[in-house]
Amino acid sequence: MVLWWECFRLAIRELLRHRGRSLLTSLGVVIGVAAVIGVVSLVQGANSQIQGQISRLGTNMILVRAGATTRGGVSAGAGTAGTLTNDDARAMTSDCPSIVMSAPVQREVAQAITRLGNWQAAVTGSTAEYVPIRAWDVISGRTLTPVDDRAAAKVCLIGLTTARALFGQLDPVGQTVRIKGVPLRIVGLLEEKGENPLGQDEDDTIVVPLSTMQRKIIGPTHSHIVAIIASAVTESAVDDAVVESRALLRKRHKLGPLDADDFTVDSLKQASDTARQAGAVMTIVAFVAAGISLLVGGIGIMNIMLVAVTERTREIGIRLAIGATRKAIVVQFLIETVALTGAGGLMGIGLGFGFAQLMSNITGWPSLISTRLVMLAVGFSVAVGMIFGIWPARRAARLNPVESLRHD
Amino acid sequence: MSSIIELRGLSKDYRVGTQTIHALRDVDLDIPAGQFVAIMGASGSGKSTLLNLLGALDQPTRGGCRIDGSDTAKLGPDALAALRNRSIGFVFQNFNLLARSTALENVELPALYRGWWSRKRRKQAQATLKQLGLGDRMDHLPAQLSGGQQQRVAMARALVTDPPILLADEPTGNLDSQTAEEILTLISELHERGNLSIIMVTHDSDVAEFAERAIVLRDGRIIYDEPTPRAGGAAVPSVRALHGTDDDGDRVQGSDGLSSAEPIDRESNGEEAITPGNREIS
Repeated sequence: MVLWWECFRLAIRELLRHRGRSLLTSLGVVIGVAAVIGVVSLVQGANSQIQGQISRLGTNMILVRAGATTRGGVSAGAGTAGTLTNDDARAMTSDCPSIVMSAPVQREVAQAITRLGNWQAAVTGSTAEYVPIRAWDVISGRTLTPVDDRAAAKVCLIGLTTARALFGQLDPVGQTVRIKGVPLRIVGLLEEKGENPLGQDEDDTIVVPLSTMQRKIIGPTHSHIVAIIASAVTESAVDDAVVESRALLRKRHKLGPLDADDFTVDSLKQASDTARQAGAVMTIVAFVAAGISLLVGGIGIMNIMLVAVTERTREIGIRLAIGATRKAIVVQFLIETVALTGAGGLMGIGLGFGFAQLMSNITGWPSLISTRLVMLAVGFSVAVGMIFGIWPARRAARLNPVESLRHD
Repeated sequence: MSSIIELRGLSKDYRVGTQTIHALRDVDLDIPAGQFVAIMGASGSGKSTLLNLLGALDQPTRGGCRIDGSDTAKLGPDALAALRNRSIGFVFQNFNLLARSTALENVELPALYRGWWSRKRRKQAQATLKQLGLGDRMDHLPAQLSGGQQQRVAMARALVTDPPILLADEPTGNLDSQTAEEILTLISELHERGNLSIIMVTHDSDVAEFAERAIVLRDGRIIYDEPTPRAGGAAVPSVRALHGTDDDGDRVQGSDGLSSAEPIDRESNGEEAITPGNREIS
């Protein structure tokens, strides 16, 4: 016990006395640990960024799109066939046990005009459920209500990008915007959602009640809806919700067993899972790469310690003559090695932290440095010292006292 | 008075290539506790080998070596280390201080291996250094001390844990005659003060006369074992006189200087035995 403490104290003193040499010796470990901290925190930051984007889209959301119209063998793409109805959306809520709510969606790109200017915006017509299903929030004013929908009220919600474009820094709530000649009162401002993974700005939008859209903006002739969005009860129920809604819609659309679906059902769960797996792979790759550099650092330290044992043969002989046991010599050299790698590890943490901050500033990703990661790095560098210190230490302890005393 | 050291039929062989060198042959020796003994001999006479065995640094090929109650032939490396720590203090010709440690730290070292806590170590080391007249040099590194001061630090280190035996290997070999005299006087005083057994190796009969008993080795055997004038005996003859020839030159060495010599342990037996002194090895 006395010996351990004393060896530790001496090792630290020697380390500080020869700062330059200690730094060079442990440089491999410094870089290894910095790489672990820097790269892993960067990868985890990137992962959390991606997961954040996905969850903002709503991880328990499912999306049903209408099938494509085909004219003369040319398919016009999903959503062009009028196969989905408002009733389909209502039936999904009432008949699918895994779905809590659903909302029909109609889309139109139109020029929004105000007193101050105009802007081409994506106009979405939907019901009151649209905002909660999209895991969205209204930061000013109110959201749409079932009353707005029943009354085909001339109201709308506005996204941040559209609001800035039309009103600048002015509060858009209470203002009026005209779309296709219909004056709509802005009742709520949607919170910022950012870009979706495809790079589209989710905030460049105007949301109106579906009835208002169908009856007043685009007219009853185009009253088919392009999509239905729905929320599963939980994220894990998403797969069930997909299966249930597909079965329901096939039944409602009277499709025989041989007919193809006239709609497609998607969820973000798969995308989320894929991203998560990719993130895990990236983390493992980062760990392996950083682990290899730590290994190389450890071998460097072992080399230097082996040289040190030869250099200090006489010192070891003196210690043995004075009554040091072999264990005492092992402890001394092992602690010296661990002190070197441990100090290297601490410097590596600092360096890695700086690197992660720098990269975070450049990329805009958050840098996530967890206590767990720091503990892991410290543990790793101490383990490297133990593993690569044991051989030199044992070699020192096995020296013959008579011969090492005679050594020059 | 009981013997602190008992040697019975002690032999140590070394192998150099295919030849076996008998560095010590059937040495019988008793050293009573508290005696001051000088061991003399030409280089190659086996005195260094004997010192290594007495210091529990090495083990005999044959025979018994009982030091402070323990038979070293029966001990493993760690038990030998413990015996050295408990019973023996070493003083070397070239001081053998740790160059990067201060005088105080050097003196504390045996106490550290004894397992003493820092306060007790420090107190004892300071007391020992003061006793040897180095109270004002405790924080100096060995390189900042004179040869005589370094040797006194080495003596403080040997004595700090109060062992019963002090082994001194040519303690004045690297010192000028005046400093040598001081060190020898100091050793004599230590001897007179307590029950310390001192074994000092030297090649100089004048140095040997500081002891109570002089032993001369030649070709691995004791050829002279008498009290010195200090203990009422005759003058110690010079090694040269006892050998009848000069004591250096082309004589074969027992162990010192033969880096390729392999010690032979108890179990093994040499093939072709030669006697140091009648064969030449370069």
